[in-house]
Amino acid sequence: MGELNKKSAKILVFSTEKISDPAIDMAGLLKLHYPPTVYTISIPCSSGIKPSWILYAYEKGFDGVFIAADGSDCIYGETCTEKTGNIVGKTHNLMKEKNIDPSRLRMAAICSVCSESFVKQVRGFNEYLLKTLHA
Amino acid sequence: MNKKKRIGVYICHCGGNISDYVDVEKVRQAVDGGDAEIVVMAKTTMFACSDANQREMVEDIKANNLDGVIVSSCSPKLHMLTFRNVTERADLNKFTYVHANIREQASWAHSDNKIGATEKAIHLVKAAIAKSRYADALETNKIKATKTVAVIGAGVAGMKAALSLAEKDTEVILIEKENHVGGRVAEWGSLFSSTETGKEIIDRLYAEIVRHKNITLMTNTEVFENKGSVGNIAIKVRTITEGTEKLTEYTVGSVLMATGYDHYTPKEGEYGYGSTPKVITLPEFKNMIDNQSGKLMHNGAEIKNIAYIYCVGSRQSEGENTYCSRNCCTSTIHAAVTAKQKFSGITNYHFTRGLRTYGKQEILYADSLRAGDIYLQFYEDGIPTVTNEGKKTLVKVNDVLTNNREIEVEADLVVLVTGMVPRANSTIGTLFKLPKGRDNFFNEVHMKLRPVETVIDGVTIAGACQGPKNITESVNSALSAATKSYSILSKGELETDPLVATIDPEKCTWCGACEAACPFDAILKIDNGKKIIAEINNSVCKGCGMCAPVCEPDAINLIACSSPEIMSMIDALV
Repeated sequence: MGELNKKSAKILVFSTEKISDPAIDMAGLLKLHYPPTVYTISIPCSSGIKPSWILYAYEKGFDGVFIAADGSDCIYGETCTEKTGNIVGKTHNLMKEKNIDPSRLRMAAICSVCSESFVKQVRGFNEYLLKTLHA
Repeated sequence: MNKKKRIGVYICHCGGNISDYVDVEKVRQAVDGGDAEIVVMAKTTMFACSDANQREMVEDIKANNLDGVIVSSCSPKLHMLTFRNVTERADLNKFTYVHANIREQASWAHSDNKIGATEKAIHLVKAAIAKSRYADALETNKIKATKTVAVIGAGVAGMKAALSLAEKDTEVILIEKENHVGGRVAEWGSLFSSTETGKEIIDRLYAEIVRHKNITLMTNTEVFENKGSVGNIAIKVRTITEGTEKLTEYTVGSVLMATGYDHYTPKEGEYGYGSTPKVITLPEFKNMIDNQSGKLMHNGAEIKNIAYIYCVGSRQSEGENTYCSRNCCTSTIHAAVTAKQKFSGITNYHFTRGLRTYGKQEILYADSLRAGDIYLQFYEDGIPTVTNEGKKTLVKVNDVLTNNREIEVEADLVVLVTGMVPRANSTIGTLFKLPKGRDNFFNEVHMKLRPVETVIDGVTIAGACQGPKNITESVNSALSAATKSYSILSKGELETDPLVATIDPEKCTWCGACEAACPFDAILKIDNGKKIIAEINNSVCKGCGMCAPVCEPDAINLIACSSPEIMSMIDALV
């Protein structure tokens, strides 16, 4: 990994094809830079994320996981926000059982035009992770 | 799930969009022959989407007997379909294709860090290879699509789009928030290269629209809610007439956005605007010359000397509007030529930043020069000044065409050539979550290859809501957007990806949690002869995956997003 990247935490982002992917793509288009160790896996809906995937990411070495959630814009229905929240809550409990700091999992609703919000979120998360894990 | 053995990988330069920041050869070397040697071929290509490369891909797939293909290039929003079609042409099932986005999410996002961008691109391509190993051959699903299009905005673009769709036997709901149709064009009098006025063009289109059985025109109406997705979008509209509010609901298959633009309003004091009535904007000037005859009068005085200051509110290197408004040079010269022909004794002084009368519009510039108009030029660091001395208004500039000689014009009227800006009211864009570009106009998927589509499936854009356009260009884009919206719905059904949930009957113990989680009633409770288990109704399942995380025995996986796929991608990314 390059010299510059030593200053970046490894963050796995779960984004959604219709809602948060366009925002993350647009962040690139607008050259809104964020750490290059932020990697995205695209899925249809944020309420389809399995807690086991998140725990696996920590196990393999990711510092943080960020869920770029559909929020109220979800094309599959209004229950997405609540269900994604439940997944985060359940995963937080599992993380506590495994002595993983629950704040290493963050979620925010990222709509299709929320490029600046996404960049702000992952930059802030990167700073938090560097401070708590790599200080 | 059959793991692949022979995968081909292409890494695109995208001209320099990717390779200026990502070392594409290093990416190629990092993946070639890798992943237990299942990558049997890895190539870099200048433009993966070019016809030549697509032909080469078909040959490669056949020659190397590939069972999986990955292109690492731009966003899948742009070319996923292109490359799925390439694999089909090579007799591979299109769902075996996997895309890696190393432009928007690597080269552009990390253009400040080439090493980091390259490292990230390598990881992204490796994750795509991991995913590709699980990408099975599938058949598409089909859903019914409503053959109705909502056209939002009844300016010239919206009106032409509505007529074009209606002629293709498609129902159109034409929605206009004002109490009249025609938008900006209805404001214009004489037009360049047309014998009709703007108002006459709109009157003609309006007559055709009200006669057409396939068009429902709704003025004083705004969309306030939308739900659903391409093929079946439920919209609610509010119509207010004489203080009475009426709510109506429609289901449409596509939405064509043609909401136009606003005129730039100069700031108080910008080139003397607001300090003297002698300083007006281009739309105000056009209105003056269209509606007056005999002598050209303004504020009680006859107008002889007119100074036009170009690029007001456009091409601002430090302001909000860095773009060129395209139509204002031609529009100004047309107004100046018209004024000179219509009123006696007019002298036109054009203070320009370089003229952009492209294409046939150059004819008008030549006419203006022949008529004796005077052209002066300035750069942004030496803009003209407008000062009032007693009753005189003086425009002064250091003219770059005469070696920066200071030239002063006493103007009876100063016309600020104001450009187009995005609509101040962005409610409709927010409602449909339409992305905007750096100029704040609505953004297309690709300027050249998908110029009227947006990232929101089924929503197309036309006219000046997308960026400055003249009438011809607006109508061109309107006809293009209408055809695109029509092409989505013309068959009455849409093909959707068969990416549905699957149940492992061995693991399932029927607890009912998946049934409760599914918003589409796609979970059936069945007896498979051994026990009671859940089964997916594939014709109803939308592939959201909401059922998967609630399944305690982990019996549910989504096709293309199964746990083995996601975990193998995590392995590759870390």
